Amino acid sequence: MDNENLKNIITSVIPECEFSADESQFLNVIVKPEEFRKLAEFLRYDPETQMDYLFCMTAIDWTTHFFTIYHLTSSLKNFTVVIKVKITDRENPNIDTVCDIWKTAEFHEREVYDLFGIKFNNHPDLRRILLEDDWVGYPLRKDYKDEINIVEL
Amino acid sequence: MTEQELITNIETAPETQEYFINMGPQHPSTHGVLRLLLTLDGEIIKKVEPHLGYIHRSIEKMCEKDSYQQIVHLTDRMDYLSCHMNNEAVCLCVENGLQLEIPERVKVIRTIISELTRLSSHQLWWGVMGMDLGAITTFLYGFRDRELITDIFEETCGARLTMNYNVPGGVMFDIHPNFQKRTKDFITYFRKKLPEYDELLTGNVIFTERTKDIGYLSKEDAISYGVTGPSGRASGFACDVRKRFPYSAYDRVEFKEIIYTEGDCFARYKARIDEMWESMKIIEQLIDNIPEGEHKAKTKAVIKLPEGEYYQRVETARGELGVYIVSDNKKSPYRVKFRSPGFSNLSALDTMARGNKIADLVATMSTLDLVIPDIDR
Repeated sequence: MDNENLKNIITSVIPECEFSADESQFLNVIVKPEEFRKLAEFLRYDPETQMDYLFCMTAIDWTTHFFTIYHLTSSLKNFTVVIKVKITDRENPNIDTVCDIWKTAEFHEREVYDLFGIKFNNHPDLRRILLEDDWVGYPLRKDYKDEINIVEL
Repeated sequence: MTEQELITNIETAPETQEYFINMGPQHPSTHGVLRLLLTLDGEIIKKVEPHLGYIHRSIEKMCEKDSYQQIVHLTDRMDYLSCHMNNEAVCLCVENGLQLEIPERVKVIRTIISELTRLSSHQLWWGVMGMDLGAITTFLYGFRDRELITDIFEETCGARLTMNYNVPGGVMFDIHPNFQKRTKDFITYFRKKLPEYDELLTGNVIFTERTKDIGYLSKEDAISYGVTGPSGRASGFACDVRKRFPYSAYDRVEFKEIIYTEGDCFARYKARIDEMWESMKIIEQLIDNIPEGEHKAKTKAVIKLPEGEYYQRVETARGELGVYIVSDNKKSPYRVKFRSPGFSNLSALDTMARGNKIADLVATMSTLDLVIPDIDR
């Protein structure tokens, strides 16, 4: 299946999504947080896509908004899609978990929560994973200031 | 005792109670600082909860301040046993972003050194795995043979463990004049020695008893947890990046993707042993055919990637390493993410260990081949 077919399938599920394929080697889909869970379930369980392998999950801080980024592929078929979920609420960013769909997301979502402070609704065990429990702030946010631990160059 | 008395005895026996044990952070079998909080019922494991981050250095945050040449050096310190592949992943990603044409010589040199690194990593794993299960001899054998590879690295790259041999555009120096001869000598030597490994451990009854049907991971779980590398392939997940998305010189060599379907500790053990044979095959195909030419393409002193996103994956000794760079056309990246294989592999430990005895957890962890700095980053 090529990217055009994939685009058509995704648009049939989520009509209001944006595509940006020019600047990256994969097909990028930008969706809203409330539509994300529906798209994830569809891509995982639909017999045509069967995206069972979440090979990279992360987030990025664009100072005005966050993206949580899911790199998805299928172990049976050869295509990749990148889902980006745009979160505009900086005070209380939250998004639905997908750790019941892809089990690897359990650890990766904890990492994103730890370093970006994005909350994952319905996550079974959302705690900090790399930093201590009493750490203040979220280090990978661009506005994070830590005068003690980070040496500015 | 009559049957009736036995039944009454069981009914009146005291109830067992679940309890917790801390394994680590200084337990020898975790090979680093990893703490596992075990929930036990007697000797049976009910739950494993990894607590990590003891050596978290926030490499991803450091990358946001560094130039692209400097990032390469940081990646050595993640999975120090496959440092060359980590370097290669960043270099390939940057070269891909710059649309840089890499000399053929570089591709072949990188592939040979990658496979040597994989061999030395598996040798160390084999030695340490035997030691975890109580066989000191394997440790000495593994290190004896690994020494020869580190000597080759020392001569060509200047360092034995964290070599830093890759730079964006090529490799730092050309190979040493002795490199080809010594590598060939080593392969001849190790082809004789590898069957010794089998004699020592693979056929050993005590060893097979402790690894067969232990730490089972199904194919569905392997894919869902993203368990890659030899651990994933032992569960039947065809995830070898060298085959699926060939990079460097892997598209021109012949080798087999090792796949087992048993998914237990013994299958993971066998997968790594077989992979050593395949690595030697790859090196033999390339070592006499290193093309002449430059060892480095010309790059600017200050590298700026065009705006956009770049993803590159390589197969390290532990599995799929992904490098995700987001650039905003400055001299340091806007965001870097390392998808480390160890982090995902560790997340499956709970599923694998449940229902086994506490002593089996050591075997399970050994065959996952965890390197803690790779998990914590």
